[in-house]
Amino acid sequence: MSQPADDIAIRVRGLRTQFGPQVVHENLNLDVRRGEVLGVVGGSGTGKSVLLKEIIGLIKPAGGTIEVLGQRTDQLGEAERRALTGRWGVLFQDGALFSALTVGQNIEVPLREFTALPGWMMDELARVKVAMVGLPAYACCKVPSELSGGMRKRAGLARALALDPEILFLDEPTAGLDPIGAAAFDQLILDLQKSLNLTVFMVTHDLDSLAAITDRIAVLVDRQVIVDTMDNLMTMPHPWIREYFHGPRGRAARQAAAVA
Amino acid sequence: MDHATTLFRREAEGGWITADESGETLALTLGGRWDIPAIVALEAELGALEPAPALRRATIDLGGLERLDTAGAWLIVRTARRLEQHGLEVRTVNASPSHGPLLDTVGKDRPQMAIEEEAPNKLVAIAHQAGVATVDFCRAAVSLLSFFGMLVSRIARTAAQPKRLRFTSFVYHMEMTGLNSIPIVCLLAFLIGVVLAYQGAEQLQRFGAELFTVNLLGVSILREIGVLITAIIVAGRSGSAFTAQIGTMKVNQEIDAMETLGLDPAEVLVVPRVLALTVTLPALAFLANIVALTGGAIMCYFVLDIGFGTFIRQLEQAVTPSLLLVGLVKAPVFAVVIAMVGCYEGLKVSSSAQSVGAHTTKSVVESIFLVIVLDAIFSILFSILGL
Repeated sequence: MSQPADDIAIRVRGLRTQFGPQVVHENLNLDVRRGEVLGVVGGSGTGKSVLLKEIIGLIKPAGGTIEVLGQRTDQLGEAERRALTGRWGVLFQDGALFSALTVGQNIEVPLREFTALPGWMMDELARVKVAMVGLPAYACCKVPSELSGGMRKRAGLARALALDPEILFLDEPTAGLDPIGAAAFDQLILDLQKSLNLTVFMVTHDLDSLAAITDRIAVLVDRQVIVDTMDNLMTMPHPWIREYFHGPRGRAARQAAAVA
Repeated sequence: MDHATTLFRREAEGGWITADESGETLALTLGGRWDIPAIVALEAELGALEPAPALRRATIDLGGLERLDTAGAWLIVRTARRLEQHGLEVRTVNASPSHGPLLDTVGKDRPQMAIEEEAPNKLVAIAHQAGVATVDFCRAAVSLLSFFGMLVSRIARTAAQPKRLRFTSFVYHMEMTGLNSIPIVCLLAFLIGVVLAYQGAEQLQRFGAELFTVNLLGVSILREIGVLITAIIVAGRSGSAFTAQIGTMKVNQEIDAMETLGLDPAEVLVVPRVLALTVTLPALAFLANIVALTGGAIMCYFVLDIGFGTFIRQLEQAVTPSLLLVGLVKAPVFAVVIAMVGCYEGLKVSSSAQSVGAHTTKSVVESIFLVIVLDAIFSILFSILGL
């Protein structure tokens, strides 16, 4: 990345997360640089999705601070918070599209909420987004239940991108997609990341995605996070990390990425 | 070389554009922030731009752009397309490396598409809707009838092999639909009895025939109102619950899972519910009869000074056991209809939360409608039979 290292989009310091007696994160520190694609991995129950939800403010952490785009998320007033939510987009696991609205209307929801564009211009921009995420034209006037899982994900991505956010949060974007669909989705995210200059925070289990599109990988182990490039992580002695990247799937994904 | 003339210069929300004309060339210079807040004003200006017929070429200079988002890129691409349609040769210059990919992405050819289905002519739409509704109604009737047939065959099979009945589920639904609805059924039946007695007494008093209030109460409650009010409450309470339960299972693909495991959803879900309601609804209706008559008796005592002894003696003369049976014989039929419609609508739910709500509403409306229609048919039938 060409940006200086101090240009940080998300800064997490001393984060502590606790559900009853169970401590999920303890003194967790994480920096996400502007313009990078960060993959977040970890075993089940290590709090990957929880971390994402804490950053976007859906869950309140038990301690520590989170700074997004230079603003402390716990100190924001209502108006500031609203303005900040307009600067990020979130893609939930199954798209989380509003089931009563068509795909086009789903994409227009944030536009209606945050802008004063006339209706025809919103329609036009919704069409641009639908085309951008590679959906066919007829998808625009379909309701989510009429679409396949992969198309719903693309539609969810289009909605997340409606306001041209600076940060894109993805929660397991390729889960439930076939390998071809998943690879296409990876490529799509990479293309959009380049053309819209996005910072991408991606929770994933998909080793192929990690190898193909991430700049750095954050591994959640022992209630902390270890961030490094895939190559450096490979050499780490930590047993979970070794097993994760040196297991048969990890090897296959690396080979695939090397060939590509 | 002609002198350049400035056509316009416009600035809005940090984004600006100037248009200059020199000879055959139109030069658009863009700068500042081209993002959503700016494009409304900028679009108004560019949309109104009509290139003079003498123009041959246009350049769009993007060198001054500080920020460009999809909306801005869309406007640039759109303007370029429009100028091309006017026969100009359009060149985009000085695009920064970070803006190039976005312009390419937005500029990709994409077919026009509608956000919503286009609305046809109003009259045609009304006729169309009426037609669709009629066909849907007939289809629903046929499909409900075939569901009934399927249900009868399943119940017959269960009767032949009683082991197949899900006994736990059957008892559970008897508790949910029967035992748990006793309070609300009693309360409403009591109030209906009170209202009937009060209204009847007021009318009959004018003829000095207040004692016949008891006859009115006895006949109307036992014959019609007791069972009807119970059926309506149960349709609203248990029929809707059946639809919501089965519908949610449908959304969760539990029904599909059941079928793949070799379980028959009709046997596992529908038969116990139908049988449970068939047992509980007559019992509830009987209870409602008693409570409504009690309500009437209390009202008679206070308003008409008819003592409880007198009330019971008068009631004995007014009604016969066959009258009670004429009322109660309808209850199992209503029960089957309510449970069947509830389960049927539940199984019709498609894969969305909204559809669960829609079908639940439909189930209640349909079952109450059918109950009242059947009640009317029963009335005609009984009058022909002289009961």
